[in-house]
Parts: sequence; C-alpha cells; structure tokens
Amino acid sequence: MRGFALLALALFMGFASPVMAVQPDEILEDPGLESRARDISAGLRCLVCRNESIDESNADLARDMRLLVRERLVEGDSNTEVVAFIVERYGEYVLLRPTTEGANMILWVAAPVLFLIAIVSAGLYLRQRGAAPDPTTKGLSAQDQKRLREILEE
Amino acid sequence: MIVELGHFALILAFAVALAQTVIPLVGAHKGWRDWMMVANPMATVQFMLVAFSYAALTYAFLVSDFSVKLVVDNSHTLKPLIYKISGVWGNHEGSLLLWVLILALFGASAAWFGGNLPASLQARVLAVQSAITAAFMAFTIFTSNPFERLEFPPFDGTDLNPLLQDPGLAFHPPFLYLGYVGLSMAFSFAIAALIEGRVDAAWGRWVRPWTLAAWVFLTIGIATGSWWAYYELGWGGFWFWDPVENASLMPWLFAAALLHSAIVVEKRETLKSWTILLAILGFGFSLMGTFIVRSGLLTSVHAFAMDPERGVFILMILAAFMGGALTLFAFRAPVLEAKGVFATVSRESALVINNVLLAVSSFVIFIGTMWPLIAEMLFDRVLSVGPPFFNMAFTPFMVALAMVLPIGAMLPWKRGNLVRTLRPLWGLAAFSVAMGALTWALQTGNSPLVPIGLALGIWVVLGSAMDIWARTGRGAFGYRFARLGRLPRADWGKATAHIGLGISVFAVAALVGWESEDIRVVQIGESFDKGGYTLTLTAVDRVQGPNFVSTMGTLEAWRDGRLVTILQPEKRFYPIAGMPTTEAAIDYSITRDLYITLGDPQDNGGWAIRTYIKPFANWLWFGCFLMALGGIFSLSDRRFRVAAGAERNPRNAVPAE
Repeated sequence: MRGFALLALALFMGFASPVMAVQPDEILEDPGLESRARDISAGLRCLVCRNESIDESNADLARDMRLLVRERLVEGDSNTEVVAFIVERYGEYVLLRPTTEGANMILWVAAPVLFLIAIVSAGLYLRQRGAAPDPTTKGLSAQDQKRLREILEE
Repeated sequence: MIVELGHFALILAFAVALAQTVIPLVGAHKGWRDWMMVANPMATVQFMLVAFSYAALTYAFLVSDFSVKLVVDNSHTLKPLIYKISGVWGNHEGSLLLWVLILALFGASAAWFGGNLPASLQARVLAVQSAITAAFMAFTIFTSNPFERLEFPPFDGTDLNPLLQDPGLAFHPPFLYLGYVGLSMAFSFAIAALIEGRVDAAWGRWVRPWTLAAWVFLTIGIATGSWWAYYELGWGGFWFWDPVENASLMPWLFAAALLHSAIVVEKRETLKSWTILLAILGFGFSLMGTFIVRSGLLTSVHAFAMDPERGVFILMILAAFMGGALTLFAFRAPVLEAKGVFATVSRESALVINNVLLAVSSFVIFIGTMWPLIAEMLFDRVLSVGPPFFNMAFTPFMVALAMVLPIGAMLPWKRGNLVRTLRPLWGLAAFSVAMGALTWALQTGNSPLVPIGLALGIWVVLGSAMDIWARTGRGAFGYRFARLGRLPRADWGKATAHIGLGISVFAVAALVGWESEDIRVVQIGESFDKGGYTLTLTAVDRVQGPNFVSTMGTLEAWRDGRLVTILQPEKRFYPIAGMPTTEAAIDYSITRDLYITLGDPQDNGGWAIRTYIKPFANWLWFGCFLMALGGIFSLSDRRFRVAAGAERNPRNAVPAE
C-alpha cells in the first residue's frame, strides 16, 4: 500500500529511492541525543512526501529537517523546544500527532465519548432486554397470578 | 478483435445487470414466481459475460497487445508471465474490472448455492447485488474503460510499477477485493431482509458464511499487504496508518463485528436491527475505502486515478447505496422484533461489548483518517494525523478487546454467572500477568509495551485453548481428548481465530517494542557486530536481471564462529519504469528476523548498511494466518454447508477431509 505512495512520489515529484532514511553521516556522536533526535523525527512529517515521517523519508527536505533537529539538540534545546521551533517554521502540518488545541479537541475526545455513549446505551438496552418478558413463555394470566398469591400466602 | 468482444461483453453484462435489478424485485413484490426465478439464469449469464470480458483483457496483457492503452501503460514484453497476469489488476481500470468480476461471481454464487433460500428473498438478494454490480459496471464503462485502443501503437510498453512486480503484492489486491466485495453480499442480504420485513435465525445462518468468507479474504489481503511492506519497503515497517491501509482496516473491523453479531441472530434471534445496520455500514466502509483509494481526495497516496470525475462517480454510488439503505433501515428496522431474551451477564451481552469495541475502534480510524479534511474545510487548519495519534487512540480498544475476549467466549448463552465462568480463568489471568511482570523485569529498557502485549497474548491464547477444552464437557481426560476431534468445526474455527489474534497482539508488541537498528558505513571486507551476530560485507556486485539492473551486496552472518547465513540485499533499478527499488535481505527465524538493506555508496568507498533485528516478526504473519484459517474452519462447518444449499446433493454434505 505504501508502494502507491512511493509510486506517486516517483511519478509526480521526480525522486525517491525507497531506501535509507537516516544516513550514516547524520548520526550524532552522543547516543542519548541521537535517540532523542530519532524520537522527534518520527513525529514530524516530511512536507514533500505523502504520509511519511522525516525519519523514514529520503527526500532532501527531510534530510535538511533531520539535520536541523539534530542541530537544535546539540545547541541544548529540549525536545519540546525543538518541535516548537520546527512548527514555527513549517506550520502545524508537520506534526504527525495533532495538538489538542481548539477544534482538535473534537478529534481526541470523539472516540472516547462515542465509546461512553455506546457502552451506556448498550448497558441500558441489555438491562431492558434482561427485564423484558420472554415472548416464548407467556406470562401468567391474572387468574394464575391470583392462584399463585394464594399459594404463597398459605 | 478479442478486445472489442470483451468490451462488448461488458456492455451486454451491464444490460443484463440492469434487467436483473428490476425484474426480480417486481416479481418478488407481486408474487410472480417466474419473474423471481429469472434472476438465477441472469446472474449466471452476467457472470459469464464479465468473465469473458476479463479473460479478453488478460489475453491482451498475455500477448502484449500494445494497441490497448492499458497494456502499454502497465506492461512490457520482458515482464515475467506472472506479472503480466497480475498487471491486469495493477492499475485503476483493470482492478475495477476485477472488482466487477468478483461482484458478479458473488451474485452468481448466491444463485448457484442459494437453492434453499425462500424464493422471494433470493430474488431480492440477487436484485440488490445486481444493482451494485450495475453501478460499478457503469463506472467502468463510462469513466474508466480498460479496453481503450491507441491509434498508433508503440513498440513496447512502459512496464508495471516495479514495486508491484512482487509475488506478495501480486495477490494482495484480489484478496482485498474479494473481501470488500464479499461484504456486498451481506449488504444485499440485509437490504433484501429489510424489504421482506423479516429477519430470523435462518437469515443469520445464510448471511454468516458470506461475511465469514469476506472477513477471511480481507484478513489474507491485509496480511499479504503488510508482509509485502515489511520486506519490500526497506525499513521493515508493517503498518503505517496510511489512508489506504485504514480504508481496508475499517471494513475488516466491521466484518469482524458483523460476524459475531450474526451469530447472535442465528442462535438467539435477537440484535437483529443492529446486525442489519452493521451489514449496511460494513459495505459502506468498503465503498468508502474504494472512494478514498481512487479519488485521491485525501492527500493519500495513490498511483491510480487522482481523477475528480471518478471520485465524484464513486461518491454518488456511495451516497445512493448508503442513503437508500439507511432510509430503508429507518423505516423498516422497527418491524424487526427481537425474540430471544437474555440476562445482562450472558454470551449475548459479551458479543454486544465485542461489537461496541470493534465499531468504536473502527470509528477512531475513520475520524483520524478524515480529520485533516474536516479541519481544513471547517476550521481552515492544515494539519496531519499520523501514526502517533492512531497508536494512542486505537490501542486501548484493542487492549480492552483482548482483555474481555476469553471471558466473553466462555460465558454461556442466555444467562451466565460471572463468578462461575471466571473460576477456571483466574489461574490463567494470574499466570499471564506474572509472565508479563517477568518480562518487564528481564528486559532492558522500561517500555511497558512488550510486557503488556505478552500478558494479553498469553491470556487470549490460553483462554481460547481453555474455551475449546471446556467444550468437551466432563469426564476422564482420555474421553475428553477424544471428544476434541469430534467438536463442530465452528468451535475449532473460533478457538483457532482467537489464538491467532492473541499471537498477533503479542507479535505486534514485540516487533514495535524490541526492534533494534544499526546504521553504519561499511567497507568491503569489513566486519561489525549486531545483536550477537558478526556481519562481514564480502562484496558488492552489479547483477543484470530480466528487466532491471541490481547492485547486490553480499554479507556473511557469523555467530559463535559458525556461518549462520549469507545475506544479499539489493538496490534495483528498473530502467523502463525509471524507478529504483530496494530488496532487503532477510534471514527469517522463529525468534527474530535479521533484516539488512543496502544503501548508497559513500565517498570513502564504503557502503551504507542498515541492519535490524526484528523480534518475533514471523509470529505476526502466523497469527494472521491462524485467524484466516479459523475462518476457513468455521466456513467448512457442515451446518453452514447445509445452509448454503448443499443438502440437495448429499455427497457434498460430507466434509472433505
């Protein structure tokens, strides 16, 4: 399926060799910083690609962004600062994990809310089904009810 | 000539489909038996015409008839035979014809094997199915004609996308289509039942095999696609939450839900209107998937048609069928009276929870996939929704599903007792949690992913095993063991599919949580260590393939002084298509895959090499295989086959061993 993405890239953008995103020369000496860089890049979208993070992409722009992320990390930025810096430059579109600001709240709460509604209505339905008379065995007639009460009272 | 005949056959089939939509419906309404019966031969004729049309297109690919535009765009004389055949569906027009062929095939099967359906129900099912087929035929004929000729045929074709020239992907689309289209059968049954105003246990039994078949095909289709992505795309990812992938996962989840709720209809004659709704929505999501894939509306990714006209056409089909179906549902659903009564603690309730979880998780994917579009249209925000969102929002529902599965599977119908059902399961639960905790303690790093995945996996696998063991009743061990073999196949199917799910849950967690990676520059002759292996790059050669040139690295993998394997990762270039591809070299084994890709040559003469250790990767495909196998077991259950009409011929009713 991703192949279609790659094909689209190859056809319409004139590049793409579907191999190797992070190049050996990009890797930072400090393994701690490098692993933070990888984490950050996995959450940033490659702008010229379709649905690929800069960590997976081999577009030139993605490489530039990876280098930028590493540059900021080496300068001593925190993860949040790096992401904020990138978002300021490229816009909200780069975030693969959408923010919870404004209308995006709908996206985040939609499923849990729907789940609650579904569970509550299912619960109500089940209670009602459980209480419903079984149509296969008819209820007692008024006469039988009276007879039953008499037996119980004896 | 043959190509024109194929085109003509398709148009003829379209006319038959239109007639088949109208005549049986009228017949069923008026109670005219001959008008109803005409649907059967029509469905057969329709299928044969489409089959001929499809064969004609395949013939054009086989003989490389370059006067046909589609063949020029998607084939080449040097292409291996298998990809000439798969090339037919490796493009928009051809795949649409395959889609129509499968629709007609399912319609014809309902005619062939539906002999014991009530005549009016069968007529209506065939009419609705034919209406869907007619809509897609119109789509093919008017917007995407696969038989278009070129005035000046070129000497050779421009080749099929090299990424599609792969055995894994060659058979991925047909299975997906069989799955998508299989859901159309459930849809047709649902609409027919709404028109009839009657849903009973028999209906549940008729609709279940079709849904089961659709689900099995979807499972196989998704798994092959995922496996292909794993080995072909060069970084061993298996799921990307791409809109096109999501488009296949949503109907899969719905089909799974429908499968379970149809059991309730069949056994207990309740949850009827909900099951009908699921059948409608399930097919709705498969149409939606087609729309997403072929319209290019979502900034997804598509090789085929990024053509607004086609998108609009599918949207119209979607709107007409869903709008019509849901309106009909709103009017007729109240007629469907539930019969069976059940207590709050019962198998029925457990299946309701299963349905809620599956439907809501499908909704998560839906809103995540559509949100960029909604946000842009309504809130003027250009944003992305990527894997981090889906992982966070989707996973909890799957965790919940795995947690309740063994309990629900063992609850008795009608009225259960939670304490009694849980009694044999407490030990399992404790064992699963203990294994998870042990893994947590032993693993390096402190990601909770694998411990949780492992605990859930063990819980589901052992819980399912206990479920089928409990089905053998009471008595001595030997007696119960002997009974195992005599249990209905549907019971085996249930246990197998559930065990497959458990294994997949564990495999996904292990693969994501424990994967390790190494990127470096390696000189020829140089060695490096990774995951207990010593890898030596012995050579990088240029190799000529049938329609590509390849740069092939050769690496020896040593462990404890013993040569484990020789790996040959490749970078290929397909000159005709002008595209490079990667062929990763993978050493498969039970506990891990050793996965190597070859990168670009470096300035200092070395080669970039990426090495991955992918733990338990094979378990994922094995889990999916078990899920599909479980479906097949269930499908081969004699009770279904009798229901499918085989009873007229007693020889067929004997299970084929």
